[in-house]
Amino acid sequence: MKRTFLSIIKKEFLHIFRDQQTLLVVLLMPVVMLILYGYAITLEMRQIKIAIVDQSHSPQSRAFIRHIGSSSFFKIAARDVPESQFEILFQKRIVHCILIIPAHFARSLQNKNRTPVQLLIDASDPNAANYIRKYLTQIALRFNSENNVTFPLPFKVVTRLLYNPLRKAQYFFVPGLIAVIILLISALLTSIAIVREKERGTYEQILVSPVKGYQIILGKVIPYIVLGFADAVLILFFGYFWFHVPFKGSLLLLLATLILYLLSGLSLGLFVSTITESQREAMLIVLLGTILPTIMLSGFIFPIASMPTIFQYFSKIIPATHFLTIIRGILLKGVGLADLEVPISYLVGLSVFLIVLSIGSFKTTLE
Amino acid sequence: MHSNNENGQIVVAENLTRKFGNFVAVDHLNFSIEKGEIFGFLGANGAGKTTTIRMLCGLLLPTSGSASVAGFDIYSQADDLKHHIGYMSQRFSLYEDLTVLENIEFYGGIYGLARSQIRQKSETLLHYLKLNDRAGTLTTELPLGLKQRLALSIALLHDPEIIFLDEPTSGVDPHSRRQFWMLIYRLAAQGKTVIVTTHFLDEAEYCQRVAIMSQGKIVELNTPQNLKQKYKSEAMQTVFLRVIGEDGR
Repeated sequence: MKRTFLSIIKKEFLHIFRDQQTLLVVLLMPVVMLILYGYAITLEMRQIKIAIVDQSHSPQSRAFIRHIGSSSFFKIAARDVPESQFEILFQKRIVHCILIIPAHFARSLQNKNRTPVQLLIDASDPNAANYIRKYLTQIALRFNSENNVTFPLPFKVVTRLLYNPLRKAQYFFVPGLIAVIILLISALLTSIAIVREKERGTYEQILVSPVKGYQIILGKVIPYIVLGFADAVLILFFGYFWFHVPFKGSLLLLLATLILYLLSGLSLGLFVSTITESQREAMLIVLLGTILPTIMLSGFIFPIASMPTIFQYFSKIIPATHFLTIIRGILLKGVGLADLEVPISYLVGLSVFLIVLSIGSFKTTLE
Repeated sequence: MHSNNENGQIVVAENLTRKFGNFVAVDHLNFSIEKGEIFGFLGANGAGKTTTIRMLCGLLLPTSGSASVAGFDIYSQADDLKHHIGYMSQRFSLYEDLTVLENIEFYGGIYGLARSQIRQKSETLLHYLKLNDRAGTLTTELPLGLKQRLALSIALLHDPEIIFLDEPTSGVDPHSRRQFWMLIYRLAAQGKTVIVTTHFLDEAEYCQRVAIMSQGKIVELNTPQNLKQKYKSEAMQTVFLRVIGEDGR
């Protein structure tokens, strides 16, 4: 009966190699996404458009404005606009923030050593608003410490960045991309590979043969394990040699957990294939049910700690959440098996649950 | 009990019933089919032909009743049964992105045929279908009639005793249909039992016995000659309409 199962694997590989468009997408997508995330997408902001209303017109205020204008964070887009125009500036998106230096700025600085400066921020993008406030506070702090030697700050926080001292976004995205792409291949391609046969009627022809359920499952799944593995290695290779993402931990441990994660994705795909009848339906369910939550809630981009509590619990049932902890730990921190017990147990638990669920719902008769 | 039943009955159904929710697709069927017979299920779409065939192939479990095919119970021995039957569904398509030879090798493989057997069989088959020089052609490029005959030949690779054909000739031109039926006759001459569903009433003439189905029930079961006599008509077309008409349609 080994022949039976080998025939299915061989046929599945033939399908993969014949469909060169899909194959190309599968092999090129990781590279394109890497380049996109590595170069184009950054969470930092640069050249934020700012309007400055200088009511002081003093040497001090001009010095402060020079500080702002010379930093790469801000680009002065308007000056000395009347208050009646503020609304329009924001609504027409001419600026993201408006800085108002009061008329008594210079006088207060000299007499009382302190003075308020108002910053209006367009917080329709709260994340951007946070960055703007942070950047401007930094500039103000630097200005203060340069101009105010008599009144030193009582203490200063000295930070040292560990594991990713240059704060390279690629270090963060490369491991994350592996998690997302593996899921895309394992869940999406597997479910489509099975549902496609249902659509074409060939599935019936296989079911009427003496093939056992597990032979169909294994025969269908193994080619995608190979494909997923190839993609993961491709991303790791590219990430390591091109973006110089560190690889501090054990390769063996990483590959072992990768297989575990692949299994959870394949089971999801298998499960979706048992509850859908068309490729379109399968694609929609996989995208909405697995890939979207993985991108949004696994910590791939947005930190889990800042999510509402209910989503934090929800993130625990997403296999990618745990795989991300594992792969980031292994790549960037070089942690070993002992320190990854918790996420690995979660991943094992979820994988076992999904495998049992998908095999349990897989039928060798028609509905 | 195995395939050679004493009275030559290779398929026996008793009160075979299948429901989908509240809908009774197949309603207490009782019939038997002789070894070596060409047996036809005739009926409009939705009469229950496909559901019946699928149950006999072990693809669908009956809701109640029982049937034995080639001596195996369709409920409890479906796995053994599958070695003894060939099936070609109305939607049966070969894998169009695979070549002729790859299709043969795949289906031979899932029936557990040895490599040497597959090689030998595919040679015979390609020769018979005059496809010798097109073994490496993608099946999508073959004309429909040829595809159909190739599909049937592939469904027979494992040399089954019984062949189920579900609307095998739908969408095929008359010339190809005749060629297809020639193939069916050849199989029957080899002692194989052929069970076929069709809604082409002229094809009923090719069958030794036909069961006319309506709303999940068999309303007539006889030879085409006897049916024509009984309903006093020379054409199965009229016979069919009269049978269905009597059923209160």
